[in-house]
Amino acid sequence: MSDNIPQDPPLGAPFPLSGSPFAAASVLQGQPPRPIAFTGVRLIDPATGRDEMGGLLIKDGRIEAVSSDLYAPEGLSFDYTRIDGEDRVLAPGLIDMTVTAGEPGAEHKETLASASRSAAAGGVTTIILMPDTDPVIDDAALVDFIARRARDTAIVRVEPMAALTQGLAGEQMSEMALLKDAGAIAFTEGRKSIANARVMRRALEYAKTIDGLIAHFAEDADLAGGGLMNEGELATRLGLTGIPAVAESIIVERDLALVNLTGGRYHLSQVTCSESLVALAKAKDRGLPVSCAVTPHHLALNEVDIATYRTFAKTKAPLRSEDVRLELLEALRSGLIDVVASHHDPRGPEEKRLPYAEAAFGTVGLESLLPILLGLVQSEHIDLIRALHTVTVAPARLLGLDSGRLKIGAPADLALIDPELPFVFNRRLLKSKSKNSPFDRRHMQGRAVMTLVGGRVVYDFARDEALHEAGGAGFSGEASAGSPA
Amino acid sequence: MADTSDLLAYRFRDLLGIQGLQVWEILGLLDKAEEFVTQNRKLDKKGASLKGRTLINLFFEPSTRTQASFELAGKRLGADVMNMAVRTSSVNKGETLIDTAITLNAMHPDLLVVRHSCSGAVELLAGKVDCAVINAGDGANEHPTQALLDALTMRRRLGRLEGLRVAICGDILHSRVARSNIYLLNTVGCGVRLIAPPTLLPPHVESLGVQVFHRMEEGLEGCDVVMMLRLQNERMDGSFIPSTREYFHLYGLDQAKLAHAKPGALVMHPGPMNRGVEIDSAVADDPKVSVIAEQVEMGVAVRMAVLDTLAQRRPSPERDEENEQKWGGPLP
Repeated sequence: MSDNIPQDPPLGAPFPLSGSPFAAASVLQGQPPRPIAFTGVRLIDPATGRDEMGGLLIKDGRIEAVSSDLYAPEGLSFDYTRIDGEDRVLAPGLIDMTVTAGEPGAEHKETLASASRSAAAGGVTTIILMPDTDPVIDDAALVDFIARRARDTAIVRVEPMAALTQGLAGEQMSEMALLKDAGAIAFTEGRKSIANARVMRRALEYAKTIDGLIAHFAEDADLAGGGLMNEGELATRLGLTGIPAVAESIIVERDLALVNLTGGRYHLSQVTCSESLVALAKAKDRGLPVSCAVTPHHLALNEVDIATYRTFAKTKAPLRSEDVRLELLEALRSGLIDVVASHHDPRGPEEKRLPYAEAAFGTVGLESLLPILLGLVQSEHIDLIRALHTVTVAPARLLGLDSGRLKIGAPADLALIDPELPFVFNRRLLKSKSKNSPFDRRHMQGRAVMTLVGGRVVYDFARDEALHEAGGAGFSGEASAGSPA
Repeated sequence: MADTSDLLAYRFRDLLGIQGLQVWEILGLLDKAEEFVTQNRKLDKKGASLKGRTLINLFFEPSTRTQASFELAGKRLGADVMNMAVRTSSVNKGETLIDTAITLNAMHPDLLVVRHSCSGAVELLAGKVDCAVINAGDGANEHPTQALLDALTMRRRLGRLEGLRVAICGDILHSRVARSNIYLLNTVGCGVRLIAPPTLLPPHVESLGVQVFHRMEEGLEGCDVVMMLRLQNERMDGSFIPSTREYFHLYGLDQAKLAHAKPGALVMHPGPMNRGVEIDSAVADDPKVSVIAEQVEMGVAVRMAVLDTLAQRRPSPERDEENEQKWGGPLP
């Protein structure tokens, strides 16, 4: 693995690297990368509100300088590589707060390495990993395993969440203090939901002692049981059992009442309905330590996208109606929703190429997270800095990470973004092992063109041969009638 | 009566559901079925329109009457019929639906009749084969031939379809028969009422164009047809009703409740019946009101009509041109 460390380019040579940009080596190992000076970039730092043309200097893998005056760095005493931003956006690399991979236990669906390559292509520099793997990450030794695997094989940062209950059985609390010491960044049940209110209460109380954050997916198993899509007229027409919105909001209301009782920190991992938004607004008004996230597919799609039983649109929680989608957009714009997280959930054809009722829930999302957000900016639902806020400083603050900001001294985890670049999303060209995306053939505008972690380039769009070979079905902005097989 | 030769212009390769069919297609199929009712009552029932064709019955869900009905229909038209009963349980997963479809398709069937427990499964399969596919029931979605045979039964007994008031009673929630009937009866101009406890009605069911009642006595007022559905115990995994005794008390059809309907109202049931649960034996066996046996007879004729229509669909440049103009493209 270590012989894949990218070689520094010769003096004065234009970027990118002579080695493969998709190095599987640790981003933290080896020699410090060559300094880089970005000039002619639109600097966007949602943490400070900075939005101005300028430049940024990276040295020893960290942000050395950020300034509107950094157009042409003169008199630097060291060799550096200069990248002309061509007026594109330079922002902190994205932090995707909810990513499921298949390591350990289901490596055929997604490894940490493949998830990291997918993340890098999507401008994501930190993956927050879910613990519902096989085995479940409920022990310090397993947190350590993830950390080592990520260090050895992933090209972006991986921060694991640990299981809230042992074995994700929803009964016995996990060893939160030991897990945190081993590197767990927060606690969650992954795609499962805690049914027992007493367990959630105790967990919130206990987590307070270690200032731990509990991230929860809210779903009442009995109300949702057997449900396959949003309960409503469309479900009736399709002959599919529905999941009513109240299956989510009833648990949200329960959890928020417990937060009120205990004062523990709580993050709702996805909000999808009005009733939940109302409960969250009330809780925030009372100053409770709560936050919430929404998925890109809930912002961009609605239940009609299930159309003729498309299993790639089968998600937990389900896609809702159009008026709810618009409410979620408004809540995102207003700040009621704090974070956008992809809920990347890789599923192979053996789980999706089935009748709708038998197919698994879930979609991948690492590579569509940023383009979907940029699309919302294009359609003027939110402005660019707000959009980037939800995937940089907002998750960073909740999780206590020092990334997500253009701060001097912080690790240089950055995304160079072209917000206008048009392309047709092609799920077959995704870097993740699983291709279950509902956005196949969607016309998108805007994406990351270069991603850096610790000052090292981990993704370079100009060198992404797979995408460019796709030719007319990809990146010239022309849509072709059929995508390559 | 529509000219049945118009059915050569039937727009689709498959019959996946009533949704999407136009009035003339529905009535045309009923008219063609009339011919087969006559044929089936003769001594020599065999026709030859499907001679040399292969019909495969692919039933992922068990069925006696529907499979037998399709088998007879195919044989009476001269087809070679094969029955495949695929056992699917959560324990034996075995071959996936799509793999089964691809395997069968390689054997060049001309007609596939498919029943599956998942809504949308038949459409999924139809996309993977080259032959005509008939939906014999998919989950809670559609059962088009049932709706057609019900309509034929009504039309023959009452002389018309348009303007009839039809009550569908019972477990609507899990019923594909109810849905297909709702779509068909609305298309041909009937008034449809649903009578069921709220727990057995699909959410937002009024949007399908029906009136909803929770009491039989109210709902049956002035109805020409009373269609009773079976309580689908095998599809129920929760508590929808407290007991079958209470269900029969409120929603079971007996003489007393039937008296609220129009005199001479027809009593129908897709079968098989749970006697004493949704329908009283006395009513079910009364030849003056019950047409349940006749439905079975109409079933074979309707299925012959469907098989015949789909098999006789010839490629037609004129039809494709017309479809291009009307619908913006060729239809499968």
